[in-house]
Amino acid sequence: MADSNTLTSEQVYANKKESKKEKMIVKTAKRLLKNKLAVFGLIIIIIQVILAVFAPLFATYDPIKQDLTNAELGIGSDGHWLGTDNYGRDVWSRIVFGARISLLVGIGSVGLGLLGGIALGLVSGYFKKLDGIIMRFVDLLFAFPGILLAMLIIAMLGTSLVNVVIAISIWSIPTCARIVRGSVLSIKKQEYILAMKSLGASNFRILVKHVLPNCTAPIIVFATMRMATAILSTAALSFLGLGAQPPTAEWGAMIAAGQDFMFTSPHLTIVPGIAIMLVVFAFNVVGDGLRDALDPNMDLDQ
Amino acid sequence: MSTNTKPILEVDQVKKYFPIKSSFLKRTISNVQAVENVSVDVLEGETLGVVGESGCGKSTFGRTILGLESLTDGSIKFRGEEIGGLSENQLKTYKKEMQMIFQDPYASLNPRQRIGDALEEAFIIHTKLNKKDRKERVKNLLVEVGLKEEHAERYPHEFSGGQRQRIGIARAISLNPSLIVCDEAVSALDVSVQAQIIQLLKQLQKSHQLTYLFISHDLGVVKHISDRVLVMYLGATAELAPSDRLFSNPLHPYTRALLSAIPRPVVGRKKDRIRLKGELPNAANYPSGCPFHTRCPLAHEQCRQERPEWREVKEGHYVACHEV
Repeated sequence: MADSNTLTSEQVYANKKESKKEKMIVKTAKRLLKNKLAVFGLIIIIIQVILAVFAPLFATYDPIKQDLTNAELGIGSDGHWLGTDNYGRDVWSRIVFGARISLLVGIGSVGLGLLGGIALGLVSGYFKKLDGIIMRFVDLLFAFPGILLAMLIIAMLGTSLVNVVIAISIWSIPTCARIVRGSVLSIKKQEYILAMKSLGASNFRILVKHVLPNCTAPIIVFATMRMATAILSTAALSFLGLGAQPPTAEWGAMIAAGQDFMFTSPHLTIVPGIAIMLVVFAFNVVGDGLRDALDPNMDLDQ
Repeated sequence: MSTNTKPILEVDQVKKYFPIKSSFLKRTISNVQAVENVSVDVLEGETLGVVGESGCGKSTFGRTILGLESLTDGSIKFRGEEIGGLSENQLKTYKKEMQMIFQDPYASLNPRQRIGDALEEAFIIHTKLNKKDRKERVKNLLVEVGLKEEHAERYPHEFSGGQRQRIGIARAISLNPSLIVCDEAVSALDVSVQAQIIQLLKQLQKSHQLTYLFISHDLGVVKHISDRVLVMYLGATAELAPSDRLFSNPLHPYTRALLSAIPRPVVGRKKDRIRLKGELPNAANYPSGCPFHTRCPLAHEQCRQERPEWREVKEGHYVACHEV
């Protein structure tokens, strides 16, 4: 029968394709690594993660232990290579422990924000009837400037790092919801969704198993970029005294504490400032790189 | 034709309108009359071809039957039971019985899902089989449509168009349905692969006692596979007849024009082709009277005023035209 003959020709074709076969993740990673700036950002992020995870190993002193005899030592001092602050606390150790807080707050708030944003986005993109209501609610959240909304929430809940996480996550929800909704709107018109409907699949199954896996790319990019914003906002809120309270080692709080000594010991503000800048920069360039790497139409050699 | 002439599907005066809403108050301004009064019985075991030019409502008709589009008006009976206007939940049991093969084999498979998982899903939704049994059924399905067991581990992008369409067919037959709507099932494939897929469809029809509603714009394919052919024009039925009779003796002027457009491998002799003037009218602004009167070479005053009746002119040969 003609069938068996031609099948082999189809298989030859499939095998040819197979040699080019690559897992999606590997392919994206390769494309990402072509981008030098993204590689640089990735290195900074990895350093931050290592510092945060193994903070007690890297810190040379207890970050909150005061030593008034060695107060306000400059950069490069003996035993304190980044100097000490006005209470004699080791700046390097405080930066290391601060990395831990930024990372935790960043992951926590972005995680919570994604959870809310993805849920709202999926529902409003998929169910036409709920779309209007949810999007108007999202517009409402958008109407507040981000930092003001965060301050409002903290004013209601009280000042603490946990509340900072909540505040920043709420502020991440509307953007995430819009991004997810956009992807869902285009994915739900695909024929494979219709095919699942004709099989009798429930809406929940279609959303979770077929819609969500196909809109991961924009979500990943959003999450990476949002990490930068979240870390920056945490520092900003702590600088304003709404986040981490003294004596917690937090970068924003360190700048706030150091500003009184700006002329005598400028490293107290400059060092945590550089730390914030590097990390925010890193997450931004990696997010940019990911966006390019995940877009199959992007020619990276240009 | 099959000896069993009991209708599996009775479609009666089915209408599907898509409302056009005003941008502000969401009031319905007018309707796109995608399917306009279609009545046809699909007999158990037959292949009913549905032909017509692009935008004539063939696909919408197929989807409406499966409940993928809500019904505006009319009745659809499956094995004597009304299924038009049922809710999603009520339809679930019928969905096992009626499946669809889609046009685009590239768009109809989830790119992030392995073929095995995609095929398994039908069993998760509709049966209580355990994982091992499900995997076993998937393997059998793959072999049945001419693929290999190990293909279950692959992603859609690793297959050619023909293979993907085989996967689409495997998914459609997985629950042992009795009716399959093939929506342009072979149109996206190149001709050599088309022949294989049609062969496979015919084989499966025999082994699974399937009834096909074969929607296509390709008259050659439809002639080859169909027992009866329904010609649609602008959402309405123009002519229905057994395949050989329709192709040898078309009665409706639209059918004649359509058939005269089939290219013939005859050198030297110019066939008197019937050329239709103008474009397909806008379904949002439906013509009065006979929907074909704007382009019909035979149209006269009555055609512009009165919708022609859908009547049986010979046994099994229906036509909607004042001139016949």
